[in-house]
Amino acid sequence: MDSVLSVDRGGPAQPLLLAKNLRKHFPIPGGLLGRATRVVRAVDDLTLSVAKGETLGVVGESGCGKSTVARLLMRLIKPDRGTMILDGDPVDEPHGITVNELRRHVQMVFQDSYASLNPRLTIVETLAFAPKAHGLPHAEARGRSRDLLAKVGLEPDTFADRYPHELSGGQRQRVNIARALALRPRLVILDEAVSALDKSVEAQVLNMLVDLKDEFGLTYVFISHDLNVVQYLSDRVLVMYLGKIVEIGDVEAIYGKPQHPYTRALLSARPTMDPRRRTQEAPIQGDPPNPIDPPSGCRFRTRCPFAESVCAGTEPVLADTGKQSVACLMYVPGSGHSKAA
Amino acid sequence: MSNLLEVRDLHVTFRTPDRIVHAVNGVSFDVKRGETLGILGESGSGKSVTLRSILKLHPTHRTRWSGSIRLEGDEVLDMTGSVLADLRGNRVAMIFQEPATAFDPVFTVGHQIAETIKRHTGKSETDAWARAKDLLEMVRIPSPAQRLKAYPHEMSGGMRQRAMIALALSCNPSLLLADEPTTALDATVQIQVLLLIRELQRELALGVIFVTHDIGVAVEVSDRIGVMYAGKLVELGGVEQMVDAPRHPYTRGLLASTVHGGMRGRRLEAIPGAPPDLAEVPAACSFAPRCKYVEPKCLAAPPPLTAATEGHLVRCVGRIDTLAA
Ligand SMILES: Nc1ncnc2c1ncn2[C@@H]1O[C@H](COP(=O)(O)OP(=O)(O)OP(=O)(O)O)[C@@H](O)[C@H]1O
Ligand SMILES: Nc1ncnc2c1ncn2[C@@H]1O[C@H](COP(=O)(O)OP(=O)(O)O)[C@@H](O)[C@H]1O
Ligand code: SF4
Ligand code: SF4
Ligand SMILES: [Mg+2]
Ligand SMILES: [Mg+2]
Repeated sequence: MDSVLSVDRGGPAQPLLLAKNLRKHFPIPGGLLGRATRVVRAVDDLTLSVAKGETLGVVGESGCGKSTVARLLMRLIKPDRGTMILDGDPVDEPHGITVNELRRHVQMVFQDSYASLNPRLTIVETLAFAPKAHGLPHAEARGRSRDLLAKVGLEPDTFADRYPHELSGGQRQRVNIARALALRPRLVILDEAVSALDKSVEAQVLNMLVDLKDEFGLTYVFISHDLNVVQYLSDRVLVMYLGKIVEIGDVEAIYGKPQHPYTRALLSARPTMDPRRRTQEAPIQGDPPNPIDPPSGCRFRTRCPFAESVCAGTEPVLADTGKQSVACLMYVPGSGHSKAA
Repeated sequence: MSNLLEVRDLHVTFRTPDRIVHAVNGVSFDVKRGETLGILGESGSGKSVTLRSILKLHPTHRTRWSGSIRLEGDEVLDMTGSVLADLRGNRVAMIFQEPATAFDPVFTVGHQIAETIKRHTGKSETDAWARAKDLLEMVRIPSPAQRLKAYPHEMSGGMRQRAMIALALSCNPSLLLADEPTTALDATVQIQVLLLIRELQRELALGVIFVTHDIGVAVEVSDRIGVMYAGKLVELGGVEQMVDAPRHPYTRGLLASTVHGGMRGRRLEAIPGAPPDLAEVPAACSFAPRCKYVEPKCLAAPPPLTAATEGHLVRCVGRIDTLAA
């Protein structure tokens, strides 16, 4: 069942996954005769690449489009426009690979550990399901499933024949991770995969994710609203605001020298662990606006402390500033922003 | 400062069709006027049950409780009828994670706050609306007069949370119970609401109990922090004592396993295992199955809560003084 795609083809320098100009707008039903009149601009013109063996962290507040990006990368939903290339092969194009082939190599783990497991299947049946569907003989699929259980820290003799409701949240999330690995994917997208877990259990699962990545040579896209966890796990970090990337770069650059005003606000909104240095002032006011009618020009301008009139008329695009790329007119020479060179 | 609230040896047990849940197993603490007590603990540790007990909010026929909860000297567990209604309406207010539980979607926010004020103070319609507007202003909602006419769903998440705080404060409570009020909010909004609660607490000299599972949030708002595990407080102390010198092995484990900046590349110190089932009354230290310092005397009886230093209580009979910090 391991296809030719499981092995590295383009070499280490070729991105594992390249997504170009992805766009996804969701029409809102309503209006006259149920015709869609307005759209949610969930993801707009998003370009990213995932390097082989890296962990790309994705952060942003709820509704900014993180889960939509995840579902697009796995092609659980079809982009309105844009292209994707998996290790050199265009996806869903005449000379490329099919969406089904893509889904064998890209797997996903969601936040809700319970909803994503079939309550009527035992754990070992759950894990063996996809490999069997892909033609692996029954006994072999079960054997592999038991191995995987051990790999995610669940004693096979104890857990193989249990049902999902007989597990704790942390144990169920381990099963979800094992299931994502059952087809030996190259890329695993973790969408808020540890967010529902208690801290002591979250630490267990994070350690396990690090181990599994080494052991199976995996690449991760790690989506979370928890900036500390993203910093812990990621090599590069992508910051989203209202369907757009506002900043992307190495984890040291993003956390050490954040440039975009939103990234800076997000980082300083983190509660402190030091009672002597409590937060005295919120870095920005208000809530994120609605993605149905995002502000013109720079989408962050309604909350940005540096917004000027030029920000309403010109939409900033991502520009390389050395260690990271930033979408803000302050970093665009000649943009007309008073802080621009 | 006198104690606003005194909780002593609180036990709460629920009977469900198939089992008994020993949710709270002997909790004692005080809250002073103008003080914020943070209660930190993992899911199922009994935080919400403890909080709801203070309003006697549990289903009466399935709940058994014992112990004592005194608000300004009055025994809450004995209250019924109009006295209990007065407690819930005028003396203690509660805010939740989900503002939808506080607001009715079919009435405007102003109507609901004004009605609450009229019911509890007998103010006139005009005075109640004027007070409602002041309250929205107090929780820093912009253009409050306009916002009074909004329906709950027309407000953003952060604004609804502020409106819920306004509703809670409309009856001038002396004690505010906050059950994870910022957990569902976005990072940049969460810090705004935390700061608001901190400011209001000072302005109005409120006693606050703030329940959360997030250590950072507890540190931002609390004067003292209590850590709950399996229905008991295992440690209670000043916020600096708790962060600088945690003593209980569970508190230490929780701090060590909480990811924060600067831990990149290091292996996390996870606490093995999971919290216990609450089907039985604990006969030993409930943390023993996960504790690396367990010894025979930990299993002989449930450890008592004893003072390690002034104002710092710990429930552990292990040789914690010899443990590495
Ligand atoms: N009405 C009830 N009937 C039966 N069991 C209950 C009831 N309310 C709570 N419990 C149980 O009591 C225990 C403590 O619950 P509680 O809601 O206090 O936890 P918590 O610490 O607030 O957790 P979380 O962080 O998940 O909110 C849990 O095992 C819970 O399932
Ligand atoms: N199937 C859908 N139909 C309509 N709107 C959707 C759908 N999926 C997502 N959205 C909207 O798209 C925006 C981005 O959503 P999402 O990607 O889930 O955000 P995040 O994961 O960052 O919280 C939100 O406004 C959300 O409500
Ligand atoms: S472009 Fe203007 S509004 Fe947008 S982040 Fe930069 S300064 Fe702020
Ligand atoms: S009493 Fe014993 S088992 Fe319990 S926390 Fe202390 S050392 Fe660990
Ligand atoms: Mg999401
Ligand atoms: Mg709770």
